[in-house]
Amino acid sequence: MPLTTPFHSRLEEINQTGIWRHWSGYLVAPQYQYSLSNEYYSVRNSVSLLDTSPLFKYSFTGIDAKVLLERILLRDIGHCEVGKAHYTCWCDDRGFVLQDGVVMQVNSGEFWLTAAEPTLRYFRGVAKEMGLSEVIIEDVSSDFGILSLQGPQAYNVISELTEVSGTLSYFDVVQTEIAGCSVTVSRTGYTGDLGYEIWIRSDDAMRVWDALIGAGEDFNITPIGTTALKMVRVEAGLLLMGTDFYTSRFAWVDSQRETPHELGWGWMLKGLENDGRDFIGRGAVEKELEMGKSRWKTVGLTVDWQEYESTYTEAGILPPHHEVYSESTMSIYRRGSKDWDYAGYASSFLVSSLLKKPIAIAKLPVDLTAIGSEVNLEIPVIREPKNVLARVSKMPFFNPPRKTESSGEMGAHE
Amino acid sequence: MNRSESYDVIVVGGGHNGLVNAAYLAKSGLKTIVLERRYLVGGAAITEELVPGFKFTTFSYAISLLRPEIVQELDLVKHGFMVLPMVNTFQPGYHGEHLILGSDPDVNYHEIARHSIEDAEAAQDLDHLISRMARAIKPWMDRIPPNRLSSDPVEVNALNELKVYLEDLDPEVLDLIEKCTTCSIAEILEGYFETDLIKAMYASSGIIGSRCGPRDRESGLVWLFHKLGEYDGLPGSWGFHKGGNGGFTQALARSVEDFGGEVRTNAGVDKVLYEDGEVSGVLLQDGSILKANVVVSALDPRQTFTRLVEPGDLPKDLIDCIENLKFQGTAAKVNFALSSIPTFPGLEGREEIYKGFTNIGPSIDYLQEAFEDCENGKFSRRPFLDCCIQSTIDPEMSPPGNHIMSCFVMYAPYHLKQSDWKSERENLADTVESTLTEFFPGFSDLVLHREIVTPQDIEEIVGLSEGNIFAGELFKSQLFLDRPAPGWNQYRTPIEGYYQCGSGTHPGGCVSGGPGRLAAQQILSDKGL
Repeated sequence: MPLTTPFHSRLEEINQTGIWRHWSGYLVAPQYQYSLSNEYYSVRNSVSLLDTSPLFKYSFTGIDAKVLLERILLRDIGHCEVGKAHYTCWCDDRGFVLQDGVVMQVNSGEFWLTAAEPTLRYFRGVAKEMGLSEVIIEDVSSDFGILSLQGPQAYNVISELTEVSGTLSYFDVVQTEIAGCSVTVSRTGYTGDLGYEIWIRSDDAMRVWDALIGAGEDFNITPIGTTALKMVRVEAGLLLMGTDFYTSRFAWVDSQRETPHELGWGWMLKGLENDGRDFIGRGAVEKELEMGKSRWKTVGLTVDWQEYESTYTEAGILPPHHEVYSESTMSIYRRGSKDWDYAGYASSFLVSSLLKKPIAIAKLPVDLTAIGSEVNLEIPVIREPKNVLARVSKMPFFNPPRKTESSGEMGAHE
Repeated sequence: MNRSESYDVIVVGGGHNGLVNAAYLAKSGLKTIVLERRYLVGGAAITEELVPGFKFTTFSYAISLLRPEIVQELDLVKHGFMVLPMVNTFQPGYHGEHLILGSDPDVNYHEIARHSIEDAEAAQDLDHLISRMARAIKPWMDRIPPNRLSSDPVEVNALNELKVYLEDLDPEVLDLIEKCTTCSIAEILEGYFETDLIKAMYASSGIIGSRCGPRDRESGLVWLFHKLGEYDGLPGSWGFHKGGNGGFTQALARSVEDFGGEVRTNAGVDKVLYEDGEVSGVLLQDGSILKANVVVSALDPRQTFTRLVEPGDLPKDLIDCIENLKFQGTAAKVNFALSSIPTFPGLEGREEIYKGFTNIGPSIDYLQEAFEDCENGKFSRRPFLDCCIQSTIDPEMSPPGNHIMSCFVMYAPYHLKQSDWKSERENLADTVESTLTEFFPGFSDLVLHREIVTPQDIEEIVGLSEGNIFAGELFKSQLFLDRPAPGWNQYRTPIEGYYQCGSGTHPGGCVSGGPGRLAAQQILSDKGL
């Protein structure tokens, strides 16, 4: 039998669809309500509550914890102070991405990390190889559940339960209490909106869930499933492992692997030239940068609205807009004299109801990645492949000020 | 009997490789006949209804290494080919401890993580590496291997191609291949796992059918070999042929006939006939003669080179090699007709756990101790058992409610010290039963009938020398370029028109059909077809 998360008995009660899927061996709901759009809009309109407990969770303690994380993580852990979190990734020794995740320093010298795939043995192996004796790495995946509270009203909801959380700046972390239970709250999320992620001891799961639902009652708090989450993260320009890229660990050949630069994570390497950090893969990462060896870049694409409409209309059907989200690979071609001149592909596609346009996350050869570059995106129209004009555009597609605003600024909106 | 019967090709032995070989040759338009000594074809891949309603897979009992090309090229689906996927692997331990690994990788992760979180992660890494290794080796499983003794530029080039291929391999893959050829499976697994039950589960493929323990260096290569199979492209997975492995060979026989070939049973071959170094036909045990310019032996190398022909007529270095080949069968079968499904404490009513392999061998020590008995010339007091209850998937294997259980038993040495198999066969079966009872309380009460197959039975019934199930050990000195002998690994023999296509040739061992297919390619190319 698949495992269930600590919130499962509540989730079971609210899942109107009766549909469950598996996430790392846990039961999760793709959606709870018949209206996927209603869940989707709660993230942008009011406030959503999502169970992300199936993530793998690791804790690092001991004086060598920082040394180890400096060696593993792409971003400089030295800048991740107590009470701070980092979105980061880690690479193999050839500079190919293994995973991405959020690391945070919850207490002085104590770090927590989320990951999509198991990696305890790998981390312990690195520690052993480095001869680090003063670091304890533990898999705390089943010790905690994680709830993600996301949306413009997230601040108002959490402020009802704990004062401390309200003062959190973007990527801040704090330990506090909700409903008498110790929790760790970070101002993070996978939606590109204002939001918080809350680590909750598994035994306290129901109490905290009930408290959040109760506090959110007046704010249209809406539990959302994984599909709505995947849709909004496209608007936020956030990549999904297994969809937009694969871990190097399970690759067969290098064409299945990607570097941080190719994934658009060059910003994680800010200040690299001035630091002597010896993280795994650094040599390859630097060489790629120096020699301009990136094979492609990950970019946002905005499909030309008029072409999208007319392509369907000319075929005699209405253009699909409602709840269109796809993780199937869609081919991209160069525009020019040659037909079907393959250039790259889109890995995630969403007809954004919020932005009123079709958008995609795509991989393109470097010469096609300047903002505004025009390409053809292949879409099936009555099963026939058709090309529609798409333009490289800035990611994130949606980036509201409230995502990063300090609580003082947020108060000003009240 | 018509004394002047003549054919283009006579295939001696109706095992699966003989049938595959004959089907390809018949398909190419050659007048082909398969001669089988027994009353049914299939060799060691047969199903027999020994007790009414109970279908026994007397010898081989599962499929994985079968070359997928054969299914396509011989149109086997049309003739009843159907392999059912194994759903689970069940590894019982002591005190209710167990592992059930199935089709969902995430569920498997958590199942192993119950024992060790690190082992669960390591299993993912190792499984992925095994798949990559299998892919890397696959092309060399499906082509005629180079002749390393030949100075023919074609062969020199082929050897060079192999060298370059190995050099260009992914270093991680090459490293695992090298480890498998030099290390024991216990050593290899030491680098991945901390839990004994998990090590033992992985290690069992390293000893199957071979005279080596998990701590002997030969076990690495035996293990690699067993990982090269697939089920519908899923590396390392196994399946049951509908109706047992006999169902598979019956489909093959229909394919032979459909291509215009002939399959004759109760037709044991006494000698291969040749004159002036050229083959002319065969002499049957009933005294009749069949003529052909091509005779293919699907028997094992000892029979091919020292029984069917006069070894004195062959080069001495070849015969020396053949005489030095290791057969030394160490496996037995004890198959049970059961009144109902066995019960594992704590998993009562979970019939699905048996829908695949059930491995009795809970630790490396257990397996190694079982081998030590073998080294002392005895069958293992606590044997390793690889059990399958195919009737849990294929209802036609047993009467409703009853079950048929195939039980592969190791170790059971061909040569017993201070005893013989005639006096030990029932003792062996008792030992198997008591071992099973240890893990499945009350097992003996379920037994309606048992079929005992000692290595001597395998030799006598199937014709495999010393009962070796692979027609020769899967040891480094007897594989690939050297299977069955250096210079004679390309299915030819020193007698013109006399070929070999049994499991004792590349890529034999197991129900692969590869030798039969590649030998057919060689014959057709020699004939300019």
